[in-house]
Amino acid sequence: MSLSMPDFSQPESTKGKRPDLRRILAAPGVAAILTILGTVALWELAARTLNIPSYLLPAPSSIFSTFPSIGAERWAGHVWATLRVALLGFGLAIAIAIPLAIALVRSPALNRTLYPLLVIVQSTPVVAIAPIIIVVLGAGDAPRIVITTLICFFPMVVSTATGLAATPPELIELSRSLRAPGFREITQIRLPFAVPYIFSALKISVTLAVIGAVVAEFCASDAGVGYFIQFSTSMFKLPQAWAGLFVLAAMSLALFQAVSWAQKLLFPWSLPRKR
Amino acid sequence: MEIPAAIRFDRLGQVFETGSGRVEALRNVSFEVARHEFLAVLGPSGCGKSTLLRMIAGLLEPTSGAVEVFGRRVTGPREDIGIVFQKPTLLPWATIEDNVVFPVRHKRGRVGSHDRDRAQELLRMVGLEGFGKRLPDELSGGMQQRVGIARALHMDPDILLMDEPFSALDALTREEMGFDLLRIFGERPKTVVFITHSVSEAALLADRVLVMTGRPGSVLTELPVPVARPRGRETIKDPAVTELAAHLRDLLLQRDAA
Ligand SMILES: Nc1ncnc2c1ncn2[C@@H]1O[C@H](COP(=O)(O)OP(=O)(O)OP(=O)(O)O)[C@@H](O)[C@H]1O
Ligand SMILES: [Mg+2]
Repeated sequence: MSLSMPDFSQPESTKGKRPDLRRILAAPGVAAILTILGTVALWELAARTLNIPSYLLPAPSSIFSTFPSIGAERWAGHVWATLRVALLGFGLAIAIAIPLAIALVRSPALNRTLYPLLVIVQSTPVVAIAPIIIVVLGAGDAPRIVITTLICFFPMVVSTATGLAATPPELIELSRSLRAPGFREITQIRLPFAVPYIFSALKISVTLAVIGAVVAEFCASDAGVGYFIQFSTSMFKLPQAWAGLFVLAAMSLALFQAVSWAQKLLFPWSLPRKR
Repeated sequence: MEIPAAIRFDRLGQVFETGSGRVEALRNVSFEVARHEFLAVLGPSGCGKSTLLRMIAGLLEPTSGAVEVFGRRVTGPREDIGIVFQKPTLLPWATIEDNVVFPVRHKRGRVGSHDRDRAQELLRMVGLEGFGKRLPDELSGGMQQRVGIARALHMDPDILLMDEPFSALDALTREEMGFDLLRIFGERPKTVVFITHSVSEAALLADRVLVMTGRPGSVLTELPVPVARPRGRETIKDPAVTELAAHLRDLLLQRDAA
């Protein structure tokens, strides 16, 4: 049959194959992985052909070769040190930010007095206060956790407060008309409605927490990926420093993904629905 | 002893102080709603209809005059009043059944099996039997509004306040909802204050229609609906209903032109 219509047989046959390739390319993550691989390949090519000195931009191959030479155990130690501070700081930030946001929404007076203070704290560069905090709180995890918390709690407060205030006014009137206890207005109406807002803040904050932990390590530390990068740079081991950078990026990505999954798992209804 | 009216407005006025000045929303509003009467309220946009409802519910205090419910002055929110909003505003994370029992859970902190039984009964009444385990966004707008009605009826209030409950629905669904209301209140009479912009809806559903003036809102006129109950689908073609609807339309258009 196709022989009788030679003009159409060609596009017909390719049409059969093309959607397969397209579907593979459209699958989640495939485009991103291809882009990353392409970039690394171009980078390797550029580093080799243009003879860029390795202290300016080491080739990916020399960066990756440092991974085995450091050894899994040392990597794990540094990653754990950074991860521990980032997660504890992040957790502390959640524990402060959500009650604070509730208080701000419940009390207009508190909103007027406390909010400007929060803005001032937020506009002070934490990187600049970090050394002071370390002097005040001494050695150990405590100052690092505080620095991390300071860096990542503000977006949570703002976003949670916005979400709590964005509840449909009809439901608040319903709550008032039932003369229900005030805390249930928070737990049964406002907080669930704020879940999408809280999670978009958590996604931002969890990557900020990694930054906070690294900033703290730059100031005073003897472990952690940030410390490792600083130490490697001071020894002019640039490929090694770059390897640390890759590890940090991977950590941030993994934490970001973990928060997204937590939302999908715990609050599936809070995600925009595909129709 | 004389039986007090279900709702009584006595020379009520409402002035809002806003950042940009004073807004006089209502002036000298007086009217009564008898027990088990269905009152429809018509009036131009912004004339204070929603404000009236919020004052009956005790969510807003009048700046002058008073509102009485069953002979007692309203001083705060009261539980024997149910509210149906313009939008269904259901809880998107809760099942339909959980949405219907929500007032109980919200007020008392827990729900019993008889509360769930009642929710099932109400869902059957509003034509949503078997939808109890679905989530709100699996339902159409009209179905969601039915859930809103079931929710408002769950605590079995004496008074039901409905603020343009069908205005977000398409014309056909809206008419169906009207017939359903006739059936629901036919089975279980309630005192209803029903705000609408539709003259035919008002004429079909109400015992009496209250027409309001533009801002500041006050009572322009009250008209009885001279059609006996029970009413049904045929009522919409009843000459008395169509005539009243035409008259109401003229009244509202005159006010707009003036
Ligand atoms: N809380 C408030 N603060 C200030 N002004 C208000 C407030 N509530 C209502 N108003 C004003 O009072 C007037 C009446 O409002 P209302 O919502 O009762 O009108 P409405 O008749 O329900 O209008 P629509 O038909 O558009 O729903 C409007 O001008 C509105 O701007
Ligand atoms: Mg209104």
